[in-house]
Amino acid sequence: MSYQIIVCGSLVPDPLQTLEPVTGPQGPALKNEMMLPSWLDPWAGHALYEAARLAGQHAGSKVWLVSLGPKAKLQQVMMTVAQKVPFELVALDGSAGGFTDASETAAALAEAILAIPGLDLTKLLLFGGWESASRGAGATLQIVGERLGITDQFQGVDSLTLEADGSLRILERVEGGKHQVSVCSAPPAVLGWATGSLPEPRNNPQVGMANMRGIMPALQKAKPSPVSTGDITFTSVTLPTQTRTTQVIKDASPEQIAADIVAWIKGG
Amino acid sequence: MAATDTLPSLQTLPSDQLRALQWRFADRYDLAMIVQSVRPIARGPVARLVAQGGRNTHEWTAEKNALLAIYDESGITAAFLNPEFGGFIEGPKNLALALVAFELSWVDAGAATCSLASNLGVAPIHERGTAEQVAHYMPLVSPPGPGDSREATRVAFALTEPIPFVGVETGLLSGKMRIVEWEDGKEPMLHIDKRGRFITNMDFANVVTAAVDSADPRIKGSCIVILEKTDPGSWDAGVPTRKMVHQLSSTCDPVFNLKVPASRIVGGYTVKDGVIIPNFSHGEIIEAVFRRTRVTVGLMTSSKLLSAIEPIIRYQRSRFRGGETGTPGSPRYDLGLQTKQDVLHRLIDVWATGEAGAALGFETARLFDRLDPLDREKDRLFAEQGISGRGVLKAFARIQQDAIDCVTLQRQPEAGRDQARLDLLESNPLVQYAILDAQANVFCPACKLWNTGYGATVMREAVSLMGGYGITEDCPGFLPHKWMDAQLEATYEGPEAVQRRQLSVTMTSGLFLAQFEGWITDLEALQAPGSGACITASAMRLWLWSLRHLQNATDVHGAKLYQSNRQGVTFPLTDALCWLMASRQQILDTVELGRSGAADPSVADELPGTLAFFMDLCQVQAARAAGETARICSELVLGYLAKPAVACACCADAAPGVDATALQAFSGHRARLDACLYGFRLAKDRAANALTSVMIPEALDYPV
Ligand SMILES: Cc1cc2nc3c(=O)[nH]c(=O)nc-3n(C[C@H](O)[C@H](O)[C@H](O)COP(=O)(O)OP(=O)(O)OC[C@H]3O[C@@H](n4cnc5c(N)ncnc54)[C@H](O)[C@@H]3O)c2cc1C
Repeated sequence: MSYQIIVCGSLVPDPLQTLEPVTGPQGPALKNEMMLPSWLDPWAGHALYEAARLAGQHAGSKVWLVSLGPKAKLQQVMMTVAQKVPFELVALDGSAGGFTDASETAAALAEAILAIPGLDLTKLLLFGGWESASRGAGATLQIVGERLGITDQFQGVDSLTLEADGSLRILERVEGGKHQVSVCSAPPAVLGWATGSLPEPRNNPQVGMANMRGIMPALQKAKPSPVSTGDITFTSVTLPTQTRTTQVIKDASPEQIAADIVAWIKGG
Repeated sequence: MAATDTLPSLQTLPSDQLRALQWRFADRYDLAMIVQSVRPIARGPVARLVAQGGRNTHEWTAEKNALLAIYDESGITAAFLNPEFGGFIEGPKNLALALVAFELSWVDAGAATCSLASNLGVAPIHERGTAEQVAHYMPLVSPPGPGDSREATRVAFALTEPIPFVGVETGLLSGKMRIVEWEDGKEPMLHIDKRGRFITNMDFANVVTAAVDSADPRIKGSCIVILEKTDPGSWDAGVPTRKMVHQLSSTCDPVFNLKVPASRIVGGYTVKDGVIIPNFSHGEIIEAVFRRTRVTVGLMTSSKLLSAIEPIIRYQRSRFRGGETGTPGSPRYDLGLQTKQDVLHRLIDVWATGEAGAALGFETARLFDRLDPLDREKDRLFAEQGISGRGVLKAFARIQQDAIDCVTLQRQPEAGRDQARLDLLESNPLVQYAILDAQANVFCPACKLWNTGYGATVMREAVSLMGGYGITEDCPGFLPHKWMDAQLEATYEGPEAVQRRQLSVTMTSGLFLAQFEGWITDLEALQAPGSGACITASAMRLWLWSLRHLQNATDVHGAKLYQSNRQGVTFPLTDALCWLMASRQQILDTVELGRSGAADPSVADELPGTLAFFMDLCQVQAARAAGETARICSELVLGYLAKPAVACACCADAAPGVDATALQAFSGHRARLDACLYGFRLAKDRAANALTSVMIPEALDYPV
C-alpha cells in the first residue's frame, strides 16, 4: 500500500539566540525576530524524518511539507531542510511567530492541504509536531485534522508501524515514561509526533539539489496567508522568571546533570 | 546626540542571506546549500574533536580518520567534481570550494586543508590531464556511495622535497624519472624516484601527483606524474611531520620508488627523435593548479578573523559578571570590558580586516569562476589553430594590445568611441580571457599574501583581546589554534615571498595597470559617501604614481630601483597593492550589499543597521590601507635619495640629483590623500559603539 504523508511544520528561531519579547505593531513579538537565524521546528522535524522513512519503505508513497512562514525565511530554512530527505514543499507566506492564533494557522494549513492535487483521504497520514518549539499550545495539528474531517488523532507519537493489513500501530507518550499502544484500522489519521526514534539526517547536498528543483517554484508561488493573533489579547509577555544563564560544562555525567537540576529546583 | 541616536545601527551579527548578497551568490541555492551542509560538520564532529584535544597529536588517529567519511557523506569531498563524475555543482567551482574552506576554517582550518588537499592532488589532472586521465581518475575521487564496495581514492600532491631541494624555489627538483623499459610499439615504463617533504594527506592517500625531473637523456624536462599505491616498487608514506598547526590534516615526508607507465605523465607526452617530451612541465601545471587553490587558503585566515568576533564580544561583556561589584543593569555587568574604548577599537580592526580579506578572497574565487570557461575556450581555440608552447606566448603578446584597447574603449564615452571595434573586442574570447587573466594574476597572489600574512598578525590581536584565556586550550572559538594555523596558511602553497615575487611582475603588466586606472576613476565616481572610496582611490593614485616613478628612478648611486633582485623595493610595493585591493573590494561589496539588499525583503530589517556599520568598517580599513600605502611609498620614493643638507623632507627637493617636479607631484598625491581622512576616526568610534549594543547569541554554536 502506498501513502500520502503530509507533514505540517514551519520555522522557529534558533534557540541559542537571545530571545527577548517586545511589543510590535501587530502585538507581541521577539526582538529582532526577522533577523535571527531560524530552524525547522524540531518537533515537525522529527515528523518529517519519520515520514521520509515510512515513504521509503512503501513504494509509491510521497511526502509533502506544508509550511506557513515568512517566504524569505522559509527559503533560507529550506537550504538546510531540503538536504535532509526527499519531499515536496507547499509554502504559505505568513507569520510563523509564536503568538499567532492556532485556529487561524490551522485554517490556512487545512485549505492548502485540500488544494493539493490528487489528495486521497484514504491514503492520508497527516503528520506534524505534537507541539511547536515557539507555540507550545499543542492545538494547531488537532484543528487541521478536524477541518479535514480526520478524527483519528494521536498526540505525542514516538512510533508508527504500518502493518501488512493496512492498520497503523501507534505508540503515544503517556505519563511515567510509558507509551500507550493504539491500533487504528486504516488511514486517514493525524499523528502529532514527539521525538520519534530517528536521528536528524546529515545534510546531503545531492538530495538538496533534487528537492530544490520543486521547492524554488513552490516558494515563488507561495500564497499570502495573513494570520494574526486573532481575537487573543496578550496582557503581558515575559520570559520565564529565572535568569537564563548558559553554562558550558564539558563531560558532565548524567548523574551530575540530574543533581544540578534537582539543586536548581530546590531553589539552589 | 539626538541626531546620531536615530541613525540605524548594527542589531545582530550578519545573517547568511546578507552574506550571500554581499558575496554575490544569493541567486545560487546550490552554494547556499553547500554552506548549510558544511557548517554542521565544522561545528559538529570537527569542533567536538578539537574540543576533545584531537589536535594534540601529530599522528593520524582513528578519530581524525573518521572525519574523512563524514566529509564524504556531507558532499564536501564531491564538491570539487563535475556532476558527470559524481559531483553536484554545475560549472566552475572556485566559489563553492571557497565557501567550503571558509565554513570549515571557521572552526578548524586543518579540517579544511584535509578536505581540500585531495582536490589539490587531483587538480593537476583536472587542469591539464589528458581526456583518458580525466575519465579514469575523476570518477575514482568521487566517494563510494551506499552499496559501493570500492575503496575511496584519496589523493596527495607531492612537490616540496627535503632540503636542499624544492621549497619556495620549485625549479630545484631532486625527484627523478628515467626509462626502464621501452619495447617497440609499447608504452614506455618509467622508474620514479621521489622524496617529499611536508606532503598533506599522505597517511591515507593512495594516489599521488608528484613533480619529477628527467634523469634520462630520452626524456626532456620535467613533468607531474601520477603514482598509485599499487604500482610495483616501494611506497613509503613516511613519518608524520611534527607540525604544530592544522593537526586535523595529515602531513608526512614520503619516499616513492615506483615503476609506472609513461601514460601517467599528466597531460600526456609526444615522442620526437626517440625522446619523450611531456606536454606540460611541472612548472606549467603547478601554475595552473596553485592559482586556484591558493584562493581558498586566503579565505581560511579571513574566516578565522570573522569567527573571532562573537566569542570576543561575549568574553568582553561577561568579563565581570558574577563578581560582587557589578549588578545586572550596571555598565560593568552588562558591558564588562566593553566600557573600555581600546578593546572596542581593536576588535573593530579585527573585524574590518576579516571583512576586507573575505571580500578580496571571494571576489578572487568569483573571478576564477568567470575565467574558467574562457580558459577552456582559449585552449580549444589554440588547439584548433595548432598554437602551442612558445606560440601561445607570442599569440598573447599580440592579444595584449587588443585587450588594452578594449579596456580603454570601454571607458570612453559612448558617443564618439569606435563602437564597432569595441563590439569586436568584447566578443573575442581571447581578448576577454587576457583581461580577466591579467586580473587573476594579481588577485590570486594578493589574496593569498595579504589575507594570510596580515591576517596572522591580526589574529594575534584577536587572541590578545581574550587575555590569558586567549592562549589556553579553553579559549572559546579555538582562537590560539587559529592564530598559529594562520602562519601555516601564510606558508604552504607558496609562502609570502612567492606571492610577492609573482605580484612584482604581474602588477606591472600594462593590461593590469590599464584596468587599475579604471578602478581608480570608478571608485572616485562611486556615489557612496561614507564608504571610504575617496580614501582608497587617492591611495591608489599615490601607489600608481610611485610605481611608475620607481620603475624609472635610480637610487643615489645611479642603480635602478625597480628590478627583480631589488626585493627591498618591489616587495613593499606589492604589499601596498594588496592593502588597496582588499580595501577596494570591501567597499565594492558593501555598496553591492546596499543595492541588492534593498531589493530583498528577507534582509529588510537587518540591512540599514548592518550597512551603516559595514560602511564604517570600510572607512576604517580604507584609512588603514591608505596609511600603509603612504608609508611604503614615502619610504621608497624618498628613502633612496641623498639626504638634503637640511634634514627635512620638505626640503628634499633641494638635494642633489632630485627631480623637484616629481617630488612635488608626489607631495600633491600625499596631501590629497591626507585630506580624504577627515572624519574617518568618527566612523571608527561609531563602529566601536555598535559593538556594545549588537545582539549576540547566548552561546557559541560549537563546543569549546
Ligand atoms: C603542514 C604543511 C603542509 C604542506 N603540504 C604540502 C603538500 O601537500 N605538498 C607539497 O608539495 N608541499 C607541502 N608543504 C610544503 C610547503 O608548500 C613549503 O613548506 C613551502 O612552499 C615553503 O618551502 P620551504 O619550507 O622549503 O621554505 P624555503 O624555500 O626554505 O623558504 C623559507 C623562507 O625563505 C624566504 N625565501 C625563500 N626563497 C626566496 C626568494 N626567492 N625570494 C625571497 N625570499 C625567499 C622566504 O621568507 C621563505 O618563507 C606543506 C608544508 C606544511 C608545513
